[in-house]
Order: sequence, then C-alpha cells, then structure tokens
Amino acid sequence: MLALIPLFPLLGFLVNALFGRRLSKTVSGGVASAVMVASFAVSAFTVWGLAGLPVEERAIDQTVYTWIASGDFVLDLALRLDPLSAVMILVITGIGSLIHIYSTAYMHDEVDSEFARYFSYLNLFAAFMLVLVLGANFLVMFVGWEGVGLCSYLLIGFWFKKPSAIDAGKKAFVVNRIGDYAFILGMLLLFARFGTLDFQQLAAVVAGIPPEVGVFGVLSIASLLLFVGATGKSAQIPLYVWLPDAMEGPTPVSALIHAATMVTAGVYMIGRNAVLFSHAPETLMIVAVVGALTALMAATIGLVQNDMKRVLAYSTVSQLGLMFLAMGVGAFGAGIFHLYTHAFFKALLFLGSGAVIHALHGEQDIRNMGGLKKDLPITYWTFLIGALAIAGVPLLSGFFSKDELLFEAFREGHTVLWLMGAVASLMTAAYMFRLVFLTFHGERRHDAPAPVHQLEDESAAQAHDDSHGAGARPHDAPPAMAFVLIVLALGSVLAGYVGVPHALGGHNQLAAWLAPSFAAPGGVAEGLHVLSEGEAALEFTLMGVSTAIALGGIAIAVLIWLRRPQIAASMAERYPVVHRWLLNKYYVDEAYDATVVQPIRVGSERALWRGFDVRVIDGAVNGVGAIVAGSANILRLLQTGMVRTYAGSMLIGVVFILGYYLWR
Amino acid sequence: MMDTPFNAVVPMLCVVFAALAVMMAEAFRGRDEQMALGGLGIVGLVGAAVSSMLLWNRNASSFGVIVADNFGLFVTMTLVIVGVLTIMFSSVVVRRDGLPAGEYYALVLFAVVGMIMMATANDLLVIFIALEILSLAVYVLTGIRRDDPRATEAAFKYFLLGAFSSAFFLYGIAFTYGVSGSTRLDRIGAFLAAQSMSDSPLILVAIGMLLVGFAFKISAVPFHMWTPDAYEGAPAVVTGFMSTGVKAAAFAAFTRVFLSAFEPFSVDWAPMIWILAVATMILGTVVGVAQTNVKRMLAYSSIAHGGYLLVGLIAANDVGKAAILFYLLAYAVTNVAAFGVIALLGTRDAANDELRDFSGLWHGRPALAALMTVCLLSLGGLPPTAGFIGKWYIFSAAVSAGYYGLAIIGVLTSVVSVFFYLRVVVMMYMEERDPGLAAPAHVGGVGMVALVASIVVIFYLGVLPTRVLDLAAESISTIF
Repeated sequence: MLALIPLFPLLGFLVNALFGRRLSKTVSGGVASAVMVASFAVSAFTVWGLAGLPVEERAIDQTVYTWIASGDFVLDLALRLDPLSAVMILVITGIGSLIHIYSTAYMHDEVDSEFARYFSYLNLFAAFMLVLVLGANFLVMFVGWEGVGLCSYLLIGFWFKKPSAIDAGKKAFVVNRIGDYAFILGMLLLFARFGTLDFQQLAAVVAGIPPEVGVFGVLSIASLLLFVGATGKSAQIPLYVWLPDAMEGPTPVSALIHAATMVTAGVYMIGRNAVLFSHAPETLMIVAVVGALTALMAATIGLVQNDMKRVLAYSTVSQLGLMFLAMGVGAFGAGIFHLYTHAFFKALLFLGSGAVIHALHGEQDIRNMGGLKKDLPITYWTFLIGALAIAGVPLLSGFFSKDELLFEAFREGHTVLWLMGAVASLMTAAYMFRLVFLTFHGERRHDAPAPVHQLEDESAAQAHDDSHGAGARPHDAPPAMAFVLIVLALGSVLAGYVGVPHALGGHNQLAAWLAPSFAAPGGVAEGLHVLSEGEAALEFTLMGVSTAIALGGIAIAVLIWLRRPQIAASMAERYPVVHRWLLNKYYVDEAYDATVVQPIRVGSERALWRGFDVRVIDGAVNGVGAIVAGSANILRLLQTGMVRTYAGSMLIGVVFILGYYLWR
Repeated sequence: MMDTPFNAVVPMLCVVFAALAVMMAEAFRGRDEQMALGGLGIVGLVGAAVSSMLLWNRNASSFGVIVADNFGLFVTMTLVIVGVLTIMFSSVVVRRDGLPAGEYYALVLFAVVGMIMMATANDLLVIFIALEILSLAVYVLTGIRRDDPRATEAAFKYFLLGAFSSAFFLYGIAFTYGVSGSTRLDRIGAFLAAQSMSDSPLILVAIGMLLVGFAFKISAVPFHMWTPDAYEGAPAVVTGFMSTGVKAAAFAAFTRVFLSAFEPFSVDWAPMIWILAVATMILGTVVGVAQTNVKRMLAYSSIAHGGYLLVGLIAANDVGKAAILFYLLAYAVTNVAAFGVIALLGTRDAANDELRDFSGLWHGRPALAALMTVCLLSLGGLPPTAGFIGKWYIFSAAVSAGYYGLAIIGVLTSVVSVFFYLRVVVMMYMEERDPGLAAPAHVGGVGMVALVASIVVIFYLGVLPTRVLDLAAESISTIF
C-alpha cells in the first residue's frame, strides 16, 4: 500500500517520458495531475489508518523487497509511515497535486513535447521526494535525495534557451554535490560504526550512548556531516547560494521544489534522526546558530532585491533558517510545524507571483509593476493572505508555527538566537509587504500588454487570444490557476489550527502527533512538555511580542513603500555602502568564485591536465596526428619523443615502486 | 582432476571454435555475400556461458594451470556479456564503416579467449600467455581502421608501451620463480607462507615488477599514459570492448595473484597499491573534468574506475573481494553500453564524439539520449543503478577495513566525477541541436536491442542486486 504512493507519480513519469511526444497537452497534463491526486488519495487513506492506531503503535512498515543482502549486511528497500513521514507525504502529494494542476495552465504556452517533458520531470520529482520521506533507512532516503536533486537541476535548466538557466542549474548541481559528499561520508561513518543504516535501529543504538556533551565524538562528526548535506539541499549557510539562482526555473517548480518540498528535506532529515542529533548537542548548537544566521542574513538581502521571485527565494532561505533554528534548539516538532505551514503560504506566494509574471508576460522586476490590484483581484487577495501568513499576523497559519518555534528557542534559554529569529521575522514582514505594495499598489509602472512570448507558436497564440484579448489590461489567473490560489489561501489561513498553543487554550495536536517520531523506538516518548503557569505567561508575552513584530514590520513597509516612497530612496542614498552590500548579496557569490571556483578550474585545467597530461598526450593527438596524417610514416612518431615521454612516465613509476621496496 | 582434464577449458574452447569458424567462413565467403559472422561469435560466447554455468561450484581444473573456480567463472560470465554486447554493437559499425568483418570478429573472439584464460589461469606463465593473446588482438583491433591515422598511431603507441610493460611482467615472473621455484600460484603461495623471508628484496622486486605489469593493463597512474590515446584513437566500439574486457581480465588475474600467491606479503604491497589507487582516482577524475571529447572523457573516467577497483583490492576483506567482482560486472556493462551509444552516433566519416555532438540529442533521438543518460548516471554512481551499488560496496568495504582516507578520497572523486557525466546529460537535454551538425545516424535494430539489454542489466543490478552479490560472495569464498 505504501509503495503505491511513490509508484503513482512514477507511472505518470513513465507515461509522459515514453509517449509524451504523441500526447496532447490535455492528456499529458491530465495524466500527470491525476497520478498526483491518486497518490494524495492513497496517502490520505493510509494516514487515516495510521491515525486510527494507538499512539505507541503508530508506524506502518512495508518491506518492498530485500534490496541488498550479502553476508551479514542486509538492507531492505523498506518504507515506513510514521507520524513524521505522514505529515510530509500529505504536504508533498497535496501541494504537489495543486501545483501540477496549476502548471497545466501556467505551462500552456509550451509546445506539446516540451509540455510533456516538463510534466515527466515534475512527476519524477514527486516520486523521488516521496521515496525520500518514506524511506526507512538512509540508503533508501539517499535514493530520493539524489533523485530530487537530479530533477531539480533538470527543472531549473528547463528553459535551456536562457543561458542563465543553464548556469543556475549547473550551480545548483555543484553546490549540492558538496553537500552530498558530506552526506555520503556521514552515512558511511554511521554504517562503519553501528553496522546499520535503518533509522529505527540507529536510533535504538544511539539512545544507549550518552550524549556527547562537550566532546566531538563519532556521533557529533557523523551528524555534522549529515548536517552539511542538509545545508546543501536546504540552502543554508554556507551552501545557500544556489537557491536564489534556481528561480530561473518555471515558477511552479520554484513553488514545489524550491519552496514547499525538496528544500525542506534537510529539516526533515534532522527530524528523522532526532535521536542521533539529540545525542550530539554540539552539532545541534551549530545547527541552531547556522539556522539563525541564515535566517537573519537572507532576510536582510530580501529587503532590497527587485526581482519578485528572488525576494521570495531569499525569504525561503530565511524561513528554512528558522526551521533549522528550531531543530537546533531541540524543538523538532516546532521545526516540522513551520515546515508544514510554510509549504502552504510559500507555495501560495510563489504561485501568486507566477500569476503576476504570467499576466505581465514574463516581467519579474517589481520596479516595473505596481497598481495590479484592480486587474488581478484574485491574485492580489490570495497573495495578500500569503503575505499576512508569512509575516506572522495572528490567526493565520504562520503565526502559530513561527510563534511556537521562537517560544521554544526562548524557553530553552537561547535568548540571542531568539532575538535573531525575531529580528528576521520583523524583516520578513517588512519585505513581504514591500513586495505586496510595489507589485499591487501605487502607480502602474508597466506597459501592458507586453509583446507576446516569442516562443509561442501559432496555435498557442491563438488559444491565448480569448484570454488575452486585444485589451490593454493584464488578465487575472485562468481558472486552473485561480482555483489553486484560492485553495492554498484557505490552507494558509487554516493550516495552523492543528497546532494552537496551550497558552491560547489549544492542544497543539500536531506536536502530540509528531512526538513519537522523535523518540527512540521502545523508549517512552518524552511526553509533551506541560507548561507551568509561569511558562504559559511567558508564552503569552512572547506571543504579544510576535504580534507586535508582525504588525510593526507591516507598518514599516506601509510607511516606507506605500506612504513615503522617497524614504527608501533616501535611505539607499544615505547608506550607499550598506545598500550596495545588500543588493549584491554580501558579495558571497563573488567571494566563492574568487576563492573556490577559479582555483579549482585553473588547477584542473592548467596544473593537472595541461601541465601533466596534455603537454604529453594532447600534443600527440593534435600535433602529431596532423604530422602523421599525410605521411603515414609511423616511425616518425618515435622521433617526436611522444612515446618516449610515455615510457618515461612509466619508468618513473617503476623506479618509484622498486625504489620503495629496495630502500625503504 | 585427472578423469576430466578438459572440462575447465571448455568455455575457452567454445570461443576458440567460434573464432576459427568465423575465419573459415570469411575465407569461403563470396565477394559480396553477406554473412552473419557476428552471429557465429555469439553462438560461441553463449556456449561459453552455458558451460560456465554447468561448471559452477565444480572447482574444475585442467592441466593444473587452468582452474574453473567460481571466481574465474564469474569473471568469465562478465567477459561473455562484454563480448556479446560488443559484437552486437559491432554488427552496426562493421557494416557502416566497411571494416573487414572476418578479421574483426575473429580478433574480438580471440581477445575474449585470452581474457577468459587470464581470468582462470592459475600459473604466472599462463597468465602471461593469456595477456599476450588478448593484447595482440586488441592492438590490432585498435588500429583496425587502417585509413585513420589517429587509430594507427594509437595502436602503435599502445603496442610499444604494452611490450614495455610485458617485459616488466616477465621479469616479475622470473624473479618469482627464482625465489619460490615455481610459477604455479598455489605453490608460490604455500612457499611464501611457509618461509619467513619478509626481508628478501628479491621477492619484493618480483612483486613490484608484476605490479607494474598489472598496473599498465588496468591503466593505473602513472602507467595510464597510453589509455586516453588508445581509447580515443580506436573505434568507439573497440574502446568499449577494451576498456571493460581488458580491465576485467587484468583485474581478475591481479586479484588472484595478489590475494592468493602474494597474500602473505600484503603488508608490503598494500601501501603501494594505496598510493596507486589514490593517484589513479584523483588524476582520472580531475583531468576528466577538463575534457571536451566524450570518448576521451570516458577514457579518463575508466582510469578513475580502475582506481575504485583498486580500493576494493586493498580493502581485501570479504566485502571488498565480492565488491570487486560486482563492480567489474556493473562497470563493464555500463561502459560497453556508453561506448556503444557513441559508436552508434558516429558515421563512416565522422566520429561524432565531441561534447557538442551530443547537443540536443534528446530532441532528435530521445531513446538514445535516455539510454546514454542511464549509463552516465550509473558510471557516476547515482542510485538506483548498478554503479551506485558497486560504489557503495567498494567504499563501505574500505571503511569497514579501516581505510578511512581511501573512502574519503574515493567518495570525493566519485562525487566530482558526476560533474563530467552530467555535462553530457545537460548537453543532450538542455542544448539546442547545433545547426551545423548533421542529424544523428539511425540506429539499427541490433544495436538498439543491445542498448536496451544493457539498460535492463544496469537497473537489474541496481534494483535487485542481491542475487548477483550472492554469486560474487560465493565466488570469492572458494579460493581466497
């Protein structure tokens, strides 16, 4: 039954990959969306079954088959549904279905074969993502981990006619490879030390080891390596640089992969190995600090970016930072809670920005937008809800989750980290409403309609005529897109109510639901922390602070970008260094290029290749090959010295080997 | 042993007869008559496969120097698969390029004979003879396109350097004989184990010399210099054949000699191979990144893969030994198929093996592009392909044997190597077809069957590896 969940999208992938060229858009888009909905239905059904079980039995295991078995090493291709993965599969298949539906309208201008190619990648992504979260051991998770990465690069570079898209895909790939390297080493280390890769067995073994307080032992090293892998996948310092560039991909991809699902894999991985990380407090501290720093830094960058999707991308980086902050202070439930609500409103915001970009024929610069409120009412109102939710305005989903995680950070005594998270939240509210105001309010700063897509072919242009019309106004989202926006807006409002805090008389059902997943098997789940009265009062106070932060951020945005636009300009003028620094994203890309990329490139090409192999080998092919071509006098080769050089290299090797044995 | 002295050589005989039949048929062929010479070869190879299966678990031995133990038979099966795939790809290429069919197939088959002999030989001299049989055939195959100066040049270089390395190999045998009084591996092993002569420089020199000979054949750095030239100059299908068949056979013999006869001296040779492995992995990967010719890139990639195999040899625990066999099979199938795609893309006049020749391949030949993608992902070690399981096994063997450094370097290089494999993938999917390029050639039915079969094997080994891993484990349990 569990296996069906990833199998459905895989089936959709096969259909579109094998027959996509011969299918019409309706069929290929329909198949792709239908398999996702089917997968969602199965997920909902199995999770329903899971919820019906008593708390301590809440895990459904399915061993598809024994994947690798040799000697004493047995590894099953096993899936496990527990409360944590239940949340994940519902998010992935639920939001995934919506984004597939949205894409059928959004990608409609592509030619048939490209349309099918797009959906085949998207389905394949969903399949791998589901494997990632359902995997019962590291190796199965790794299958998904690598697979989603691959699909991500393919989708970032989907519009390969734009060179920037290809570069972005390449960058995502290289950066993620660094993370993967650490991840593999972490897996190998755990395997070598404990002889198993099964999450539950690992947790059981680790639970018997005292936490490595103040020392950096095997657990700390392994978990740190895994965390480095997570910084790659989930775009944290120092490996976050690929995510903003990944916005070169189609917007629904940004929403699904680079906001709602794949980038949260790192957070999920830590949650999945909560016992391991809890026994490595030093690593957890690093996780928390890195998360807080990332949250703060990305938020500052988000304040000044002008590309609509890039603002959202930095916002994603920042929000992921908050999730890692929560994981790092040991509030695993709060981190996953924020992951879950974030999936709704960030997907909503991305899809809303997609509707704007769609309406403006590819315009992404908010300096060229403005005044779209009237023309795009559905987009506007849904986007506003998303912005309110992410800003943390009370009663919307983001409020509950963000409040919870900040409260946990404070309660655990990490006041500085709490402060960093709070400041990041303040900036989040500010830049989100900057985005809202510059896009939808104020004067129109664009000429609609922009020229029709050059890529569009005849039929697509015709199909578009009825919606575009010849009118001068941009049109609101077509039905499929509008439907998805509305559903996600509802989600952004309501999703938080599964975790209403105690201070407000709620039960925080989500935290209770997730708790068994973070405990060692067989061990008693720590039991939910019951708040003392003082703590309840504290939570209440902090909630007030959070509310003030959200509203304050919005107020700042109203002041600067709605009422007095000159303030923004004068601030940029008064602090040119800061502004340029932020606009150029702290020059991190440039720094990486100078310190890492160029040296490696030069090293590979010059030192090892040109110096060592080319001078002797390529000279042979290019130069000597040409000499020989006419004469076919093979013996001349000997006089070029080429073969002699080769033999010389061998001789050095021989001398080295024999010398080693004779004179060591 | 005495009642059926011939049974261990039956697999080889099957292939020998097939080769002879091909030569005879060629001799009696009419000028324009078409003959399925490759089919004859496949019949012989299937015969070898069947007889290998019948010999499984028998531990047969002939003349005291050829042993058909499970280890040898496992490698034999790998070689048969390489041979069959090569012949299938060749059937397209031979006709297209107008290669001399009779000579070509006969040489491929004789090379396979040499490889099988090398994998099953239990005597240093027989290993040497096998090495020469396969080498001579492969030298000629490298230069089979006599009108192509690059191929001729490559063949000649390969030949010269090969002769050079053979000399070292022979010296190694001579020294070994001088010390132990035998060339039989079991007797050498017994002698060395019984004697406490860890200080004898003679035996160390012998080990060093043999190491050089093997290192040349598996193109370990710094004995790799011939590889990129030979691989790029040879027709792609031959490159696929020699980058897998020769390597598999050489590795089989290498493993057998060093883990049986010289096992008592592993303290002495392991550090040396450690150095070779590291140098090989790093150079193969780093230089591969800078290549713009796909064949040349795969040449460096195959150098790097030799390095991974060496890691398995060093971490010679049970997992490591089985990992070598599994990795050999996974790598062989994948690499033959990858070169098969390159071969099928070429035309009589143009090799079409530059990176830009792959641009937009997805749009013109989606099936070919998809198959190539699977091969490249498997070479890069991405799950769920054969390459992933192979790499996982090799590196976990290294870690559990305590070679953390090797694992760290190995994982790093394999992570980097994905970069150049994926460059081809990016080229195929994310570039427009260069308008200056001719449309890619049509792929014949046989070639396509071979490709699809390889892909099935790659996924089989990646998704259901247990059966083959068991066989590999059984194979090593019988001899070492």
